[in-house]
This record gives sequence, structure tokens and C-alpha cells, in this order.
Amino acid sequence: MAADTEVPPIVEMRGITIRFPGVLALDDVDFLLRPGEIHSLMGENGAGKSTLIKALTGVYAVDSGTITVAGERRTFTSTADAQAAGISTVYQEVNLCPNLTVGENVMLGHEPRRGSAIDWRATHAQADRHLRGLGMEVDPRSLLSTHSIAIQQLVAISRAMVLESKVLILDEPTSSLDRDEVEQLFGVIRELRNSGVAILFVSHFLDQVYEISDRITVLRNGALVGSYPIGDLPRDALVTKMIGRELDDLEALSRSAHRAIDRTGEPVLRAEGVGRRGVLEPADLEVYTGEVVGLAGLLGSGRTELVRLLYGADRPDHGHVTVNGKAARITSPRHAIDRRISFSSEDRRGEGIVADLTVAENIVLGIQARKGWMRKIRKAEQDAVVAEYIEALGVKPADPQLVVANLSGGNQQKVLLARWLATAPELLVLDEPTRGIDVGAKADIQHKVSELSAQGLSVIFISSELEEVLRLAQRIAVLRDRRKIGELDSGEVDLDGLIDYLANEGKGSAA
Amino acid sequence: MKNFWRHRLFWPAAALVALVTINAIARPTFLKITMQDGELYGALIDILRNSATLMLVALGMTIVIATRGIDLSVGAVMAVSGAVALTIIDGSPDPGGVGTVLVAVAFALLVSLVLGAWNGFLVSALGIQPIVATLVLMLAGRGVALLITGGFITTVNSDPLSFIASGYLTVLPFAFFISVAAIATLAVVERRTALGVLTEAVGINPEASRLAGVRSRGIIWGAYMVSGVLAGLAGVIYASNIKAADANAAGFLIELYAILAVVLGGTSLAGGKFSIAGTVIGVLIIQTLDSTILFLGVPSAQSPVFFAFVVVAVVVLQSPRTRNALRALGGSMSRGGPTVSRTEAEVAR
Repeated sequence: MAADTEVPPIVEMRGITIRFPGVLALDDVDFLLRPGEIHSLMGENGAGKSTLIKALTGVYAVDSGTITVAGERRTFTSTADAQAAGISTVYQEVNLCPNLTVGENVMLGHEPRRGSAIDWRATHAQADRHLRGLGMEVDPRSLLSTHSIAIQQLVAISRAMVLESKVLILDEPTSSLDRDEVEQLFGVIRELRNSGVAILFVSHFLDQVYEISDRITVLRNGALVGSYPIGDLPRDALVTKMIGRELDDLEALSRSAHRAIDRTGEPVLRAEGVGRRGVLEPADLEVYTGEVVGLAGLLGSGRTELVRLLYGADRPDHGHVTVNGKAARITSPRHAIDRRISFSSEDRRGEGIVADLTVAENIVLGIQARKGWMRKIRKAEQDAVVAEYIEALGVKPADPQLVVANLSGGNQQKVLLARWLATAPELLVLDEPTRGIDVGAKADIQHKVSELSAQGLSVIFISSELEEVLRLAQRIAVLRDRRKIGELDSGEVDLDGLIDYLANEGKGSAA
Repeated sequence: MKNFWRHRLFWPAAALVALVTINAIARPTFLKITMQDGELYGALIDILRNSATLMLVALGMTIVIATRGIDLSVGAVMAVSGAVALTIIDGSPDPGGVGTVLVAVAFALLVSLVLGAWNGFLVSALGIQPIVATLVLMLAGRGVALLITGGFITTVNSDPLSFIASGYLTVLPFAFFISVAAIATLAVVERRTALGVLTEAVGINPEASRLAGVRSRGIIWGAYMVSGVLAGLAGVIYASNIKAADANAAGFLIELYAILAVVLGGTSLAGGKFSIAGTVIGVLIIQTLDSTILFLGVPSAQSPVFFAFVVVAVVVLQSPRTRNALRALGGSMSRGGPTVSRTEAEVAR
């Protein structure tokens, strides 16, 4: 619509390449943004979305490639450079000053002056005008922190307008907003679009992306997949492009998914209506002995949120859980561990490994925490456990005294798997255990999961790679937009069927 | 032994050895130890004895810092502890009795434990930032001490009390044995049980530790209690040394010297890996420096400048950047560097 190919782009990024030591974060990516369009940038974690945004906002320097803004070649060395060039960003976490007033935040650095003193009356009057321009009725003299996140975000947008920005980047602006607030935000965004501002929108909510975008650019593994007008890209095509199809040597893995599961008895875990306001709508889930239940859904669909609630990493405010038929109140990880449930977080570095400790210390941490600090596991016993798992999982290098931060991602993941297996869990929850690791380690981990579940371990397996979920799980629970939308038997669905289901189920037909 | 100079205690130990060497050259009597009436005397012995208060406080600080915390209240706890002990002795019918002193010390330590538990409660149960939580007691504690002594500097004459700071057990000062006992106890408790490694885990990555089932609240709470008791013991030694409970002077600024000792010993203020041996070396550096300044006759107005100069030199030597630069000068090694930047890259994506 407003995005018309004849309009010259306001932002033109060509051949952008950014290298971090050992990682090619962006590989020869082109990106065009035109005035008067709302352009969504899509991709799973690690696709390079944030890196591209950071290149455009001057946080990262580019290794090669050019950035042209309004017809002028630019080299940004700081965010201030980018702002001066008319590019403003509104982040998920609002980056304003909560202890200043709304008006002060809107006008910060651009306050009208009388002599050398700030004219506060004029400042607040101008702020009020900007806020009303976006259809907001907010007292500019009220403290910013007294307002909801939604209002704070709109204030941040007003601030961008004070800076006369031509490009507005909205990075996950809706993730903490409710439905009405999203509507209000979208109203403002559309208005800005119609006045000629170029808007770059990033969100994990598919419905919202389809509601507001004029154009979508997809990145995967640091490379450009393509850029499409919204009408040319149906949901399932988008999902396929985001996820990709991996060609690897894993086809040899036995289709353990076809193994019959005895679901007559009491499940290891039964969750009924488990949810938390603003995080996840109440969901049911059952896991039986020796069963692998896959959770499929895009990032932000609620898949991680669900398992965190089950594990007690976050407190659920709805629902109840039984473990082996007994009611269980799980409100902290300790409760879960005491019931022989283990959870490996998707955030390997932030919530998984303890970086400065050794491989051995990291592996033993789980069992030691369970025993308490007074009963230290004897050295010989530690060595035995550590050696056993290093061998069984093929941790490389096989040196227990190495600091874990020095291992590759795949081997760190194996160390975490070892930590949890050493606690002898009945239910193992693995959130993205194979993300960002090399194919060999990935295959090792999948084989191990398959083997252990055949021996009776119950597993909840989350992965962005749907093929992996299909290969390992007997049953797949599908989530979208923080809601469980259904369950599929993996024997009765193929990849296309799963993609179609997760993109369109409950949404009518595919575009 | 090619890794010898890369050991994390290498630079602190080298600084201490250098200080001692300089002293030994500047004043040949520095290393001289004489025997009088079966007791050893000399500059080195003085350092061992005088370092006891800072040693105790710094040991507690090490554990607190390992949990990502800090305890600013140690000086105030020293004042309270001294006030409690001396008020009890002063009010007893038998101030010179060993029993009286033992009861007084036990009671002072108990009060210190409660104060440490209060800090721990604020930090671990209420989630208040450690610097703020312990600031409360740092500011209020000396008032409490004055309240206990009735606003006066309580002085007592009690031989058993004086023995704590000035007495000799066989050939060495009693205070030195208190230091050694504290170091040994802490080292055994931290390293023979799993407390040390769990403390480090909590300090390095609190969220990963929580998800791994570590009871981090108890560990953090305990660290502040240990710090409280050790500060209380230091307070008793201080009061014993001056035979008085001086609420304003006891442990004045000691929190900062303790933090300095911990940092000199190579434990990062960011928490995590800690070194008890490092802290011991840090304390000895500070105490030796103190003795050096005294000996050199640096005017007391200028001594902080001299002190600061030496400290800056040691801290600069220890900083990872300086070390990397030195390593680059030395040539070959490059193991640590790329790992760090790689993980940064992962965050970036």
C-alpha cells in the first residue's frame, strides 16, 4: 500500500557483513526501508535481527557493506550518530528516565530556554502538544514511572518525534502490552506511517506482524532469505522461510517417534490449566513414562513460558500439577528437583553454565545442590560421575578440570545435559538444547535423548527446528501467541502439516 | 613450572615479597627477631599481631564478596561488639576474672551474629542491594554502640581481656593464633564441604544456580552471618588492645581496608571465585605497608598519599588489561582472550 517501490528508500543497507570472533553474525545482507511503510524484520533467535538493527543504530560497526540514509553514505560510530541522522529506536525495555516527568522525558535535551534557564512551562506545553499529536491524554507533569509500560512506550515514540526522526525502529514493543494497549500503539504507528515515517517493526507475534506490516524481510542464520510484500507471503511460507529445512545426517536416527507409548496408567506429569497472567494462557499437558513430548511454536509462542511454570522457575498463578499421581505444588526449582524433574534452560550462558567453574564442578553442581552444602560429594565419587558422563556424552576436550567457558557451545550443552542426567531425573525438560551448536554435537544430543527415553526417561523437548521435534517426539503440543492451540501425534503429521498447523490453526485458511 | 607466574596469587605474593625486601634493605632490623623471656619480638611479629583485626574482617568480607555482595557494616559491628563486651566486664563484680571475660566475649559474638543475620535478612530475604542493606547498620551501628556504653568511652582494667590482643601463647602473640584459627576454620569449612563451590556458583551466576537447585538464599544469608561474627571478634581484639570501647574509633574505615585486602588478594568485586590465601596476602600487604610508612617517618598527613600510590601500583599490576599487555610483550600466550570475545559475540546475536 503506502510502500510503493517507486519511492526512494530512506535507509539502504547493502552487503552488510559483521563478524564476531568465530561467528559470522551477518553475511552480506541487503535491507531497504522506504518512507511511509511498516516493515517487519523476522527471524528466529540468532538469525541476525538484533545485529542488523544494532548496525543501523550505530551500536556495532560493520566489517563490510554500506549504509545510506536519505541518499547520504553514513558511517555510524555511536548511537548519537544514528540519532542525528534521524534514526530512533524504541526498545522492549523502555530506555527513558523513570524518575523524570513525562514532559521532561519527551523534551530531554530539547527544552525551550529563556536566557540560559529552561522554560519549564513551555517545555511541558510543547511536550503536551507532541503527546496530543499521537492522540495521548497524559499529564506531562506526571512522573513517568507512574504510567504503564504501554504509555511509557508511547512517550518514547513522542520523544522520537521531537527528534524529528525519519526512521523509527520498534524492537518487540508489544511483548508486555495487553490487547487494548497494542491497539492504541498500532493506531499511533499507522498514523506515523501515513505521515511518511519509515517504521521498522520487530515482533515475535505472528498475528501482530500480519495485522500491521506492509512488508516483511526474513533473516536466517545471519543471511538474508528475502524481502516480500505482505500479500505475497502467506503465514506458512513465512514460517518455512524463518525455520529453514536442515539437511543433515540425522535421518539415520531411528524414528523413535513411532515407538508405542503406554498411556493407560498415571502420567509422570499431569498439568491442568497451568498458566500465569500476561505470560501464558492456562494450558494442559501430560507426559507419560518413556515419552518424549515436543513443544512446537515460534520464539515467544509460550513454549519456554510453559516449561518454566512447570519447573517453578516462574510461579504459576493458575492450575495444578500432579507428579506420578500425587498433587505437587511446584513454586521453586527446588520443589521440581525434589520431585525428580530437571530443566535445562534455553539460555545456556545466562541460566545454564556457571562460566568460571570447571567442567567437573558444573556437572556435579546439580547433585551437590540436591545433597546440600554440608555433605560434599567425595572426590572419588565426583571423579567417577564426571568421567562417566564426559565419556557417555562425548564432551570434548575430555578434561574435567577445564574452565567451562572455554568449551564450544555444543560441549557446554553436553555438560549441562550431564549435570541433569547425573541427578537421575524421571522427567527431563530440555529447552532448545541444540540451538547454536554444531551438527555433530546436535546429533549426539538427539541420539542420547532418544536412547534415554527408550529406557524409560520422560522428556519434554523444545526446539525451533521442527524437524528435530518431529524426529524425537511421539506427541507434539503446539503453541502460538502464548496459548496452547492443540496437540498432534507425530506419526500422523509431516513437516508441512506441522508448519501449517502452527501457522494457521484456529485462524481460518492460509492467506 | 612455566605456569607459575600466571597463577592468580603470583602478583599479590610478588608485591608482598617486594615490600618485605624493600623494608629489609632500608632497615636491616626489619627482619630481626629477638627472644625475650621466651617471647619473640620484632617488626615482623608486630605485623602478624597487628594484622589480626583486619585479617578477621577481610576474611568475612571475602565470603560476602564471593556472593556478589559487600558488607559495609563491619566497622560498626566491631564497635557494637567491643561495647557489649566491655560493658559486661565493666558491670561485673569481677572484671579481672577469666570467666567474666569469656562470658562477655561470647555475648559480644552472639550480638555480632545477630547483626550479621540482620544484614543477611535484608539482602537475601528482602532482596535489598547489599551496599544499601549494610549501609543501614554501618550508619546506625555506632549509635547503638554509644547507646550501650551510655555515651562514654568505657575503659576497663582486666588482665584476661588485655591478654587477647597483647598476650603471648608460648613464643608468639595470642592474636596471631586467633588469625590462624580463623583462616584455618574458614578454609576447612569452605573447601572441605561444598560451601565454597556453591558460594562461587551463586556469585558467578545466581540464576543458573537457582535453576540448578542451589539454596542461594541460605548461602548468602550465611555469608553475612560469618562476616558479622568475624567482625565481632575483631571488635573484641580492638577493645582489648586499647582496653576501652571507643564507639567512634573502633573499626573506623576498616570496611574499606578490608575490601582493599580482598581485591589485592585477587578476588573480584564482581563475585564468584574467591581466594582465602589471596585475602591473607592482601591483609599482610596492607599491614606491612602500614609498618613501612611508620618506619620511613612519612609525616602522618602525607601517609595516605604514599599508601594510595603503592596500592594503585599493585592494582594496576593485577588488572587483566595490564596482564594481557605484559603477556603480549612476553609473546606467545593468548588463551583467555578469544573465549571472552566469543561469548560476547553470542550475546550480541
